[in-house]
Amino acid sequence: MSARRFAAMSRFNVASLALGLAFLYLPIVILVIYSFNGSQLVTVWGGWSLRWYTAFFNDEAMLTAAGTSLRVAAVSATLAAVLGTLAALALVRGERFKGRTLFSGMLYAPLVMPEVITGLSLLLLFVALGAERGFWTVTIAHTTLTMCFVAVIVQSRLGSIDRSLEEAAMDLGCGPVKAFVAVTLPLIAPAIAAGWMLAFTLSLDDLVIASFTTGPGSATLPIRIYSEVRLGVKPEINAICALIIGAVTLAIVTASLATKLSSRRGGNAAPM
Amino acid sequence: MGPLSETTPQASADAALPLLRIDTVGKQFGGFTAVDGVSLDIKAGEFFALLGPSGCGKTTLLRMLAGFETPDTGRILLHGEDVARMPPHQRPVNMMFQSYALFPHLNVRDNIAFGLRRAGMPRAEINARVAELLALVRLEGLEKRRPEQLSGGQRQRVALARAVARRPQLLLLDEPLAALDKKLRDSTQRELLALQRKLGLTFIVVTHDQDEAMTLADRIGVMNAGRLAQVATPRQLYEEPRSRWVAEFVGDVNIIEGRIETREAGRLRVTTQGAGALTALAPRHLGDAADVCVAIRPEKIRVSQRAPAQDFAAGTINRLEGTIANVSYLGSVSSYTIALDGGATLRASLANAARVSADAYAVGQRVTAWFAPEDCIVLDR
Repeated sequence: MSARRFAAMSRFNVASLALGLAFLYLPIVILVIYSFNGSQLVTVWGGWSLRWYTAFFNDEAMLTAAGTSLRVAAVSATLAAVLGTLAALALVRGERFKGRTLFSGMLYAPLVMPEVITGLSLLLLFVALGAERGFWTVTIAHTTLTMCFVAVIVQSRLGSIDRSLEEAAMDLGCGPVKAFVAVTLPLIAPAIAAGWMLAFTLSLDDLVIASFTTGPGSATLPIRIYSEVRLGVKPEINAICALIIGAVTLAIVTASLATKLSSRRGGNAAPM
Repeated sequence: MGPLSETTPQASADAALPLLRIDTVGKQFGGFTAVDGVSLDIKAGEFFALLGPSGCGKTTLLRMLAGFETPDTGRILLHGEDVARMPPHQRPVNMMFQSYALFPHLNVRDNIAFGLRRAGMPRAEINARVAELLALVRLEGLEKRRPEQLSGGQRQRVALARAVARRPQLLLLDEPLAALDKKLRDSTQRELLALQRKLGLTFIVVTHDQDEAMTLADRIGVMNAGRLAQVATPRQLYEEPRSRWVAEFVGDVNIIEGRIETREAGRLRVTTQGAGALTALAPRHLGDAADVCVAIRPEKIRVSQRAPAQDFAAGTINRLEGTIANVSYLGSVSSYTIALDGGATLRASLANAARVSADAYAVGQRVTAWFAPEDCIVLDR
């Protein structure tokens, strides 16, 4: 009796899970399928083809935008990884400094701040500073957005590391800097890598902040796509989107694997 | 290179100085005094234990010796050189951490070799030293394992091997056996002692476990509220505690409060509220106060149904009448709680020397408890 009810429950669960996943992923699946559409029209199926992928790789403007996006993402993710790690170290290790709670709260603010506001305030800042808008303004804007994500990830990892590990390294002859490099850094490296991946993905995806802070000649891929779509959706866009989805999926999977590896290494985890 | 050299020139030049002299060292955290003017000498080759309840400052003192905390006042002299403000990585001192602090990203071999590599030892020498240490702590064949793949006892031995690898002049051990279960703890205690003798190192161990301190240490420093309450051999600490606090902290004890009535011929006559008049041997150190307490260890008290045939009137023995109020059978000993007719309560422990004991008493039975004046410790209240 109870077994049957359990079976019914689980059938219900399976159905709701399937519906939920379909709701999330059906549009994406359709997009990916239509990226292989041979027809000129987006909504009409004209058989399997790779022509829109070829079109993209011959589209000079799109390729430039994609290149800009990748460079912005790589540079801002690297800056965010460094700054975020430093912030996390200050928050976890700097037990004695005043205003730690305030700093920690302020660090989380960009996570919840509407992007429009972040973008607008950065634009005002760059205008006030008289900075010429272009590659570096977008990169800096993305760094401010993503470094808090890195800080949060690294912070949780650092918090789970036994402080006496670094003391043991000092006891065995390492100066404070060497102790950090020899012991703490290898232990938080997977978290930093995960943070970098996440920052990279966020930067690659961002439209709002980038459109506020970019300048002529340095449109990122999302900006370029958005301006194309306003003139009507070309099937080529589907191909680009499918490629972006592929890249993002890869980055997310790598990041979560790195996080898992990092927590498995920590402390007294059970033998594998 | 200092920590690796076998002999130090200073040691021979200044033989009168102890290996380590802690000179009125104090440390405060905020408004809290963790260590309060502690002075202590440690001889080379000694196994010293710092014993005390949690929060007594023993770990803070150990961390100051390692260099993780800087004393606010006082000096720490190692071979006559003040190291109080020297950072940890420059001290010829190593520490074994309570959590072991094994590097999780390194295997057993690399953990043990960590300090040797930092000291710039040649590779061949490192390999030889690591092999020697692995044999010493019986971990051969496990050098490729990660710490997470080891049992608690194995981790403890890796931590120990890593801590002695640089042949420190002084090894500090923070609760080295606290994480092990009872059976393993006993065998590990013996191994630790054997290793200390074999390497001829000076050990300072911090522990809250008095059995551990008694088993391991040549001398014990008992700490209370940031101060050293007494420094003595285990036997002295137990048989000749200097204060009521030490008597009560180390081992089990009966405390009876009273007033000194007479002092004559090296004997004190103490009248007590609940146990009548007691005769005690006059201790060497006692203040002028008449208000004292008498401490008697439970195993010093004899219990019998009939009083022993000795001359009580001459005050050669203390004899008290009472009723057995509680019996705890503990295997090797039985613990009896005796409600004395005077109102006080005594605990006596008797060895169960025979399987069928004639000396087993039941609750409610009338008994005589007796003990010698030499077994009474008279302390200030």
